[in-house]
Amino acid sequence: MAEIITDETIDYVSILAKLKLTEAEKEDAKADMQKMLNYIDKLDELDTSGVEPMSHVFSFDNVFREDVVTNQDDRDAMLANAPLAKDGQYKVPKTVE
Amino acid sequence: MMDLMKLTAVQLSDKIKAGEITVSQAVDAALDAMEKKDGTIHAFVYTNREHAQKKAAEIQEKIDAGQLTGPLAGVPVAVKDNICTKGMPTTCASRIMENFVPMYQSEAAANLEKAGMVIIGKTNMDEFAMGSTTETSCYGATKNPWNVEHVPGGSSGGSCAAVAAGEVLLALGSDTGGSIRQPSSYCGVTGIKPTYGTVSRYGLIAYGSSLDQIGPVAGNVTDCAALLQEIASYDKKDSTSVKLDDYDFMSALKHDVKGMKIGIPRDYFGEGLDPEVLGPIQKAAAVLKEQGAIVEHFDLGMVEYAIPAYYVIASAEASSNLERFDGVKYGYRAADYEGLHDMYKKSRTEGFGREVKRRIMLGSFVLSSGYYDAYYLKALRTKALIKKAFDAAFAKYDIILAPAAPTTAPRLGESLSDPLKMYLGDIYTVSANLAGIPGISIPCGLDSKGMPVGMQMLGDCFKEKTILQAAYTFECCRGDIFGKEAH
Repeated sequence: MAEIITDETIDYVSILAKLKLTEAEKEDAKADMQKMLNYIDKLDELDTSGVEPMSHVFSFDNVFREDVVTNQDDRDAMLANAPLAKDGQYKVPKTVE
Repeated sequence: MMDLMKLTAVQLSDKIKAGEITVSQAVDAALDAMEKKDGTIHAFVYTNREHAQKKAAEIQEKIDAGQLTGPLAGVPVAVKDNICTKGMPTTCASRIMENFVPMYQSEAAANLEKAGMVIIGKTNMDEFAMGSTTETSCYGATKNPWNVEHVPGGSSGGSCAAVAAGEVLLALGSDTGGSIRQPSSYCGVTGIKPTYGTVSRYGLIAYGSSLDQIGPVAGNVTDCAALLQEIASYDKKDSTSVKLDDYDFMSALKHDVKGMKIGIPRDYFGEGLDPEVLGPIQKAAAVLKEQGAIVEHFDLGMVEYAIPAYYVIASAEASSNLERFDGVKYGYRAADYEGLHDMYKKSRTEGFGREVKRRIMLGSFVLSSGYYDAYYLKALRTKALIKKAFDAAFAKYDIILAPAAPTTAPRLGESLSDPLKMYLGDIYTVSANLAGIPGISIPCGLDSKGMPVGMQMLGDCFKEKTILQAAYTFECCRGDIFGKEAH
């Protein structure tokens, strides 16, 4: 039986997901997630003891390079995409009192 | 003048290289077709004739100087809107990416330009590639050119519909769980999901990073092979890029399947498969058998576990990848907020659509403390078992033959109300992404309503040439199944 999704779970997950759901959206999210988890529970039928979790199908070696700058100074081009910028920097609400 | 949109892409390039037509004429032909048809189909979200014509002139010069001689030089191409194109908007069909214009070129788009192709526009998609119908786009749905009451499939629905409608001969899509193969099937075009690592993901806006792969969409196998050849490359900027010994995919275009071993998984032909899809697939298998292939049925195993494992892994990776959209560096920022955290939350809540939020929530849950082992690690262990099942199959068979989707294209508006049902439609495609293997979808028939059916052929890792050869052979024997053009 799947984990029961409570209002508290939805509130907690919204914090992790940085989403602000309305009460109606929370109810939808609760029902959606419950339905998915009930379905995902199918995986419990499988005996996976001793099976290593596979994150990638090929074993990739870590790719290293010398710590040398190869790109240009693209600051202004990057800031052109920012919703708000000031003095060559991203502008955000005050973060420290 | 002949209708250039009726040529294959390789034929079009040959005519351009022979000086019979110009790159500019090819670009006009595509954009004229687009202007005529896209009001109904809505495959494109961005085009720019002036920019395309400027590029066309540059490429024409290089072709005239003999510097560009590739199989697709001069051909116009469309690019899915989650692949970054320098100076051209790239939005993932999401409000949160509105007005985003990349300041760098994705490696795949750079490879298109290197091959002398002209990017004429960006194609519609499900928001952040999350969906199977192209209905979750913030720009509204794309229509299936075969019947505009039906969806084109997704998430690369814009790319597949654009090719099917003859608005463009070639397009790039991306495939995380079937997003090239399923819409190719629904739209009656040919599409390939390459082996993971074959095409650089640099500049592909990530959904499920361990599953995402860019691939070609075209009207036939030859054009698909040529486009794959041009976009595949080893790229240091993608740490999962793989250096291949052989990029000559077009050399696989041989009419020969004698002795080729083809396995058909019995477990794919049970409940849920529409008999109208089953029929054409069986006929296609019989064609390959007639041509000398050894066709057998076998038990693949693990089929029913692929979708739950996929949705755990893809959602987990999506929730992590989409953390970057916070209203600071690019994209949408909410108008009113109180402090930094409220700005993050409001921007994300207003900027993401429902399906995207649904997957971010599920992904955040399965990665959260206390559930990580039970859901996320369990799914990764399941993935290992799925890979093992495919390894065993490919020890016996060169190719696995299957439908691309259990049905033909559903009607617009029928899918989104029951997401789980929509997810189940990915049953034949998601395993290939989990196992990293390549797959092609090629049209093999029509249902009684005249909607296309796609056959999928899967190969072992880096065996693109095997599936291309089988697909090419089938295409040679298939003839004109459609009898008429789409739309």
